[in-house]
Amino acid sequence: MTSPTTTTATTATTATTATTATTATSADTTTGAGASAHPSPTATTPPATPATTPAPWAELVTAALLGTDRRTPPVAVRAGQDGAAALLDAAAVSTVRRRAALRPALAGERPTPAPADPRPPLPPAARRRLALLLADRGGTGAGSRRGTAPDLTELLPQWLATAGERGYRAPEALLPALLDAARARTDLRPAALALAGPRALWLAQLNNDWKFALRGSGATSRAGASTRSTGPENGETPTPTPDTDDPEYVRRLWEEGLFAERVHLLTTLRRRAPHTALDLLRTTWATERAEDRLMFLDSLRDGLSPADEPFLEQSLSDRSRNVRATAAELLSALPGSALAGRMAERAHSCVGLDRTAGHDGPAITVEAPHECDAGMQRDGVTPKPPSGRGERSWWLGQLVEATPLAGWSEKLGGRDPAAIIALPVSDDWRTELHDAWSRAAVRQRDADWARALLGAPATPSQSAEVTPAGSSRDLAKLLTVLPHDERAQWVAEFIAAHGLSDAFRMLGVCAVPWAEPLGRSVVDALDIARDAGSYPWSFSGVMGLAERCLDPAAANRLDMLTAITDEPEGASPGSGGYWAEAFQRLVGTLRLRATMHAELTPPHGPTTTTATDTEPDR
Amino acid sequence: MNPQGERWTTDQVLALAPDEASRRAGGKLAAPGPWSETGADDSAVWGQCKGSGKKPYQAIVDITGPAFKCTCPSRKFPCKHTLGLLLLWAGDGGVVTAGEPPQWADEWLAGRRVRAERSARTTSGGGAPSRTPADPEAAKRRSERRLQRIAAGATELEQRLTDLLHSGLASADGAQGGTSWDETAARMIDAQAPGLASRVRELGSAVASGPDWPARLLEECALLHLLDQGFLGIEWLPAPLAATVRSRVGLTTEAADLLTGPDAAPVRDRWLILAQHDSDDGKLITRRIFLRGERTGRMALHLSFGGPNRPLDLALPPGLLLDADLAYYPGARPLRATLGERHAPAAPGPVPPGVGIDAALAAYGDALRDDPWLDSWPVVLTDVTPIRGRDGENWQLADADGESALPLDPRVLGRTGLWHLAAISGGAPLTVFGECGHRGFLPLTAWDPTPVSL
Repeated sequence: MTSPTTTTATTATTATTATTATTATSADTTTGAGASAHPSPTATTPPATPATTPAPWAELVTAALLGTDRRTPPVAVRAGQDGAAALLDAAAVSTVRRRAALRPALAGERPTPAPADPRPPLPPAARRRLALLLADRGGTGAGSRRGTAPDLTELLPQWLATAGERGYRAPEALLPALLDAARARTDLRPAALALAGPRALWLAQLNNDWKFALRGSGATSRAGASTRSTGPENGETPTPTPDTDDPEYVRRLWEEGLFAERVHLLTTLRRRAPHTALDLLRTTWATERAEDRLMFLDSLRDGLSPADEPFLEQSLSDRSRNVRATAAELLSALPGSALAGRMAERAHSCVGLDRTAGHDGPAITVEAPHECDAGMQRDGVTPKPPSGRGERSWWLGQLVEATPLAGWSEKLGGRDPAAIIALPVSDDWRTELHDAWSRAAVRQRDADWARALLGAPATPSQSAEVTPAGSSRDLAKLLTVLPHDERAQWVAEFIAAHGLSDAFRMLGVCAVPWAEPLGRSVVDALDIARDAGSYPWSFSGVMGLAERCLDPAAANRLDMLTAITDEPEGASPGSGGYWAEAFQRLVGTLRLRATMHAELTPPHGPTTTTATDTEPDR
Repeated sequence: MNPQGERWTTDQVLALAPDEASRRAGGKLAAPGPWSETGADDSAVWGQCKGSGKKPYQAIVDITGPAFKCTCPSRKFPCKHTLGLLLLWAGDGGVVTAGEPPQWADEWLAGRRVRAERSARTTSGGGAPSRTPADPEAAKRRSERRLQRIAAGATELEQRLTDLLHSGLASADGAQGGTSWDETAARMIDAQAPGLASRVRELGSAVASGPDWPARLLEECALLHLLDQGFLGIEWLPAPLAATVRSRVGLTTEAADLLTGPDAAPVRDRWLILAQHDSDDGKLITRRIFLRGERTGRMALHLSFGGPNRPLDLALPPGLLLDADLAYYPGARPLRATLGERHAPAAPGPVPPGVGIDAALAAYGDALRDDPWLDSWPVVLTDVTPIRGRDGENWQLADADGESALPLDPRVLGRTGLWHLAAISGGAPLTVFGECGHRGFLPLTAWDPTPVSL
């Protein structure tokens, strides 16, 4: 406990004197003693002033602690006065005297002020909105129905993203709430910290609860190197980034930094100068621990280029199996790499075209590998399949997945991807082969192949056709390979044909706000679901997505859905009311999003870049 | 907030919320969904909010007050429905439109107008004693009996304190043979001295309260002894000090008498709201509103209490300027005051001018000259920077010169207010209002430059 330092009081306080004088007077009147209200102290110090000469506070405390029965208190006792009362008198005077004479404490060391944040402050309405959004993060009580009020927690990520794009900084007074929110929800961290800017990092150094914000930002070691300037590296990215322009600083941080700092440094450097990052990694590669090597290798995914091949090729002989597998995966994403060539050679020897097969014309024949030799293992093929899968199909899948897709056209009679997919496949290998091609299309970001593998969304049997039993194909991942507008179109048609039950993850990879054919088809599907008489919470996932992702302009069109309709024959009891409530919430949320958006738009038009589509987490 | 129907800002509305939970709940209700029959005119906003029950709650706000009315059973004041309604109105989403109040709202609003006119008449009537006791003789006898009982209580307490000092404070720690402090506090309640009772309860918590507890216990015992002695010898005290002792012991003064009684001396000024701070001890919500007069420079503290079936009746967000009469409770160092007539609607005020650390400590010291029982005195500090103290644990406010600092009250540690303060400052000087006392400085409001409650 601190209190301001005290010096000996020079001013006795008038009120205390008055009341203690009262004590004396009343005591005197009862005992009939002399008129002197201030008898001389018995101590050796002569009475210099009319007031009692104060005994040191510590002595009073000691006397009080021991009790006046055991020790005579170091205070003046008036005739007839009890020693304990005299001690209390003296303590009262001393207490008030010390309180009245409080002096300032010596100031601690001043911290370096937070670096200036040149970004403009939020418009007032947006600032209040953020306060509301952050205040809501506690969430509603468990089990309570959501009612018609928008779920503010779910809108926070969108708000943060938009505010970040508009180039605003967060209001200072809201930084603690913003840091707390980022602490509680890792998904918010990047956007929240970017908006919070340098002052939040400055603040995080003062509070252990917010240390997460410094992790990976390099700010801790920056703070340690106090001579360095702490200003933002450049105007438009207030996010903390290590100063990668300073080779000496980079080298020191790489050699002395914590693991997270080093990963962050490598990632940042990789984005700016891929080759420099690789060179940095090479300097210490041999001495890194296996887990660390894996993480570092993973950071090369960004900006992967043929220049990385020699290093990756070398890593195929790494001591750690996981490092070897990652190196192989990275190499297979480089179509011109030697590994890709080796894999293609193996895969092509397994998959061929049989022009004479049966009545339907040519067909693909598959002869899966019979063994997983050392060469294959070195190139990252895992020899042991997961339980329930045959070895040979397991090996085949890995070979095809790592084979450049471009080579198949030549191998299979000059056909384009769509024609290849249409070919019959012998001996039930079709699912296995198409799954492997799907993984390859995702890995190699090949839109033509993805399109061919997805096929036409509205085909009646599409669901079963594209993902037959036993297939591990991930349609949502395949969709990510397509351009945004095509993606939305495909999902819209899929929903129109098959309803919402399988659409949740596909919707999750579509750009926000949903493009028009998509938005309409989701709303139509919800309307159909209502007419079918089920409860809306069977669709709460899609409903929640729609609240966050539908274009706010759709709100007016949705208004008519918010009325309570007559429940159809055989509907679940009360479902009509719940649906009306769910649609009310949907419309309310969309309106709120439109308002939020407007609040973040400066009246003079956006100063920086306009909003670009954001993708929800996949 | 002006009577010409200008909308409040959402900030102003949120500042009215009694706590974080209400703010959140109000924010949730700030959507058109549950509302019906909403409307607003120049001086009021109203609406019906569908709650869990069959009948919707009727929420009405007189924005000239501001005053709130809601048919919900909440003891929060203002409740989440009135907050939601105001937020909806402040958000200007076109939901709350201008109109005439419906009958259910108009009844209450009209009642307020009538009451306001009546009280204005009685105030301007002047001189007329507000309330004459039915039987002055009986009232006098009752009051004398009470004084005797308090005196008996004070004497008993003196005995208890001297007994403690005889056997030593060490005996207070655990195995003391005598009665516990709680029992003594109950005796003081019986003696009709609630002020003494609450101080005695404080003693109980000072025992064994970490290092240095004997010093703290001795301080509190000594000040309690001083109060006992002051009351027992009250006829020898100067009148203002006697009034202070009376109120510290727990004898109250009727607020109405302060404004309209024969000795009424209301102070008219433009009062800047410096802070509104609620504390809840589980039974009672105490709302403290600090004000400072622009012309007089005087500090004032308005207290209101809320509990079950008794909502708080006043909400004033920091930063407002209120042209009103204020009447101080009597005392050697008047601070507590009651709000009288308002002469104009509240309007947003400026960032208040403040003083440095030396002056703040001097102000506390000076106040102690009049009222030795003061734990703190309200001050506005200007150009101070929140920094960590030399021990690296506690916080201080460093003066502009950088040499001297005022430690923050340790109670602020672990409160979010400390971090708001640090965030707003960012290592740069700022203006902050709070209570400066022997435990340090307890910050209540900081300006960024809009007031932020800490």
